[in-house]
Amino acid sequence: MSFETFMQQLANGISIGSLYALIAIGYTMVYGILRLINFAHGDIFMMAAYFMVFSMINFNLPWYIAILFVFIATVALGVIIEKVAYKPLRDAPRMSIMISAIGVSFLLENLATYLFTGVPKGFPDIEFLTRAVTLGGISLSVATIITPVVTILLLLCVLFITNKTKIGMAMRAVSKDYETARLMGIKINRVISTTFVIGSGLAAVGAVLWGSKYPSVMPLMGVMPGLKCFVAAVLGGIGNTTGAVIGGFILGMGEIMLVSFLPALTGYRDAFAFIVLIIVLIVKPTGLLGEKVTDKV
Amino acid sequence: MMIKNKKFMRRSLTGFLIIAFAIIIILLDTETIGDDYVRRILNLGAIYAIVSVSMNLVNGFTGLFSLGQAGFMAIGAFTVAVFTVPVELREAIFYIVPQSPLVANVELPFFVALIIGGLLAALVSILIGMPVLRLKSDYLAIATLGFSEIIRIIFTNMDTITNGALGINRIPGIPTMWVTFGVAIVSIGFIVLLINSSYGRAFKAIREDDIAAEAMGINLFKHKVLSFAIGAFFAGIGGGLLASLLGTVDPKQFYFTMTYNFLLIIVLGGMGSVSGTVIASFVVTAGLEFLRFFDDSLILFGVNIPIFRPGFRMVIFSLLLMILVLFFRKGIMGQKELSWSMVEGWFKPHKNLHSKRKKDEGGTI
Amino acid sequence: MSVLKLDNVKMQFGGVVAVNNLNIEVEKGKIVALIGPNGAGKTTAFNVITGVYTPTSGDVYLNDEKITSLSPDKITKMGIARTFQNIRLFKNLTVMDNILIATHLHVKSNFLSSAIRMPWSVKEEKKMREKSEMLLGKLGLLGIKNEISSSLPYGEQRKLEIARALATDAKLLLLDEPAAGMNPHETDELTKFIRNVRDEFDLTIFMIEHHMDLVMEISEKIYVLDFGQLIAEGTADDVKNNQRVIEAYLGVEEDA
Repeated sequence: MSFETFMQQLANGISIGSLYALIAIGYTMVYGILRLINFAHGDIFMMAAYFMVFSMINFNLPWYIAILFVFIATVALGVIIEKVAYKPLRDAPRMSIMISAIGVSFLLENLATYLFTGVPKGFPDIEFLTRAVTLGGISLSVATIITPVVTILLLLCVLFITNKTKIGMAMRAVSKDYETARLMGIKINRVISTTFVIGSGLAAVGAVLWGSKYPSVMPLMGVMPGLKCFVAAVLGGIGNTTGAVIGGFILGMGEIMLVSFLPALTGYRDAFAFIVLIIVLIVKPTGLLGEKVTDKV
Repeated sequence: MMIKNKKFMRRSLTGFLIIAFAIIIILLDTETIGDDYVRRILNLGAIYAIVSVSMNLVNGFTGLFSLGQAGFMAIGAFTVAVFTVPVELREAIFYIVPQSPLVANVELPFFVALIIGGLLAALVSILIGMPVLRLKSDYLAIATLGFSEIIRIIFTNMDTITNGALGINRIPGIPTMWVTFGVAIVSIGFIVLLINSSYGRAFKAIREDDIAAEAMGINLFKHKVLSFAIGAFFAGIGGGLLASLLGTVDPKQFYFTMTYNFLLIIVLGGMGSVSGTVIASFVVTAGLEFLRFFDDSLILFGVNIPIFRPGFRMVIFSLLLMILVLFFRKGIMGQKELSWSMVEGWFKPHKNLHSKRKKDEGGTI
Repeated sequence: MSVLKLDNVKMQFGGVVAVNNLNIEVEKGKIVALIGPNGAGKTTAFNVITGVYTPTSGDVYLNDEKITSLSPDKITKMGIARTFQNIRLFKNLTVMDNILIATHLHVKSNFLSSAIRMPWSVKEEKKMREKSEMLLGKLGLLGIKNEISSSLPYGEQRKLEIARALATDAKLLLLDEPAAGMNPHETDELTKFIRNVRDEFDLTIFMIEHHMDLVMEISEKIYVLDFGQLIAEGTADDVKNNQRVIEAYLGVEEDA
């Protein structure tokens, strides 16, 4: 293939990778604190996309107000879900809370189908994001270029919060030892809510950037990205934020490279993440940056 | 004397019920009573019962969180579809891409294809299970969900064998209700026998406390894979039956969302109860059918109530699942099975409030 | 003849050394105790022996056979069974089921013959039930065999856990604080119970305990652990008067 095409695909890969990274952070943080796979996370991402469609197309808000609204609405959704569906089951057997997470995912998908129909809606065109720019002979949208930048910036923000603020220290304590942290007087509810705020907020940003690249919005659009991003989190080491970002990039790049070099396998593109999961679980289950967790017996 | 009478009473009642059940099925089957709609719901209920019980074996009795039933069903369904359609009809079905010569001329009797479908599903489950079940059971949920999606993608792309997105039709139907109900009785019967055997107890031990189970000499990995594979086998069987019942299969039928129906059933019925699951299967299958009207517009007094439109039915069902898991975690039966003592309990007034706690007798130690 | 031997076992978690230079020998038929202040590393030692942890260095031998990195279920099959500090019964299952499960490890039928009730499987199941009932009878738990195990009073739950360990046919029993939470009377009963169990079933017993009356009354040898290191070993009298042991428990007198 030509050099230009290769560079184009490389840029695509980095872009997709960053989107996966943004969503993966949400998974890894919630798992680190609650030991819960938040199955609904991918669907929160989907709802954010719909929020964007509605604010710009139905309510005619200008894009900067719309993005703000979407951010707030998505974060609110994430926190509400936690309070209604996960908090009451904190002391219940593990499986109950997992079923609840699946239930929320199921509900969101059905709600979206019911409210917005299964017919794909067009993501609003945010002019400055979809504008094409020519860099070194290849044409890319502004969105493709700023996505990795935004991702790295947000990652640094999250790392700052977890490592340099009080609430961040509390989050790290809870993820290491839930019971003891509670006994030490850490306000568990606040820590958990903060985790969901961060995760959902990142998902909202991801949805806006994603929609600018793939303008088709459907009720089940969050399912595949959700699964893949969890795999990204496992690849990077579940519970580790930086790991989730690295995992996201590797997965995104890998997927695009697969499709570019082996176009015959395009139909199996989604299977790539799944194969990666199996390999990680066989070779290094703790992931790239993860630590081995020993159960107390 | 009282005890002898009680046992006799129970035995005769059970016998009576079995005969009544058989008579009803015969009447339905010969079309003496009921219509196609009822027959279809009952057949579907029986198939869902098989798959739900297979899921409950893994999730409810062994404590593993598997979401892969739809995928395993797909394997069973496509095996039956590929091998039971009469060879002469296949060219018309595979009109865009001809069927691969490997299988084009292989036609198998229904039950053979059914069993092979189940075995294939079990084989695939072992391949997935082996890397995943060595570790935390959490990952099983994602792995099985992912696998469900992947198998659908694979079937959509394997044009030469499965006819890709077009699917396969003209699958020979089920001649009598005894096929579905017969297979259901045998399958569920086997699972019940398994649960009440030493292996079943080992599964329950793993669910209760896997660290203690291992300390008592139970090989966790081997037993988890065993449970998972048996669950997959029967899900495959259920899928094969479904293919025959519907007469047509295509990859879109086995979207992972189908697994959620089974999850709802086992939560509703009680995750540690087979009888609960069977009852819930018929309740949910009937419910899914009867509540279809939720998806049609409702006009009251000439006014269109906008709530009722396509998709409402599934919203109600997902809300139901949430309500169950938040407030009625144990479902209808919890971990208990339907038994005569339970039924008698409904009719007795609560007399013995001071149930004598049996004291332990002195031992020699 | 030593049934259990720990050879220079060291267990390190990240930066924390839980146990170090652990050299222990338990002779056949004896009751040996492992004592020490809280956090000394006693349960860690048990976890290393039973295969829950693989030691950072050193080896564990059962009847002179190395069992160091074997999995817990294999080790149990070889003849070591344990109870847990916080009682890990199969809560929602009956007393009888708890015992029966512990006999599963010796089952020879595969799942298929077991499920379809082949004659040899039925025979095996019958034998397992008979053995379990005999065990329950000897331990005075037969009358409550159909009770849900979590509904039992505390003392009976502890007894049941010991009975369950016995059902595995193990010859070496590891008891982790069997008397925890018991009053002096119950502890006294337990003391007799342990001794009788050892005699009746020809066992070797290695136990962790804090109740000193039980330890001193029943132990033929005592090992003392403090901060992961062995600080004393010997008979009850040896240990009672050992200065280091006293200091470990009571602290050192400050020179005024």
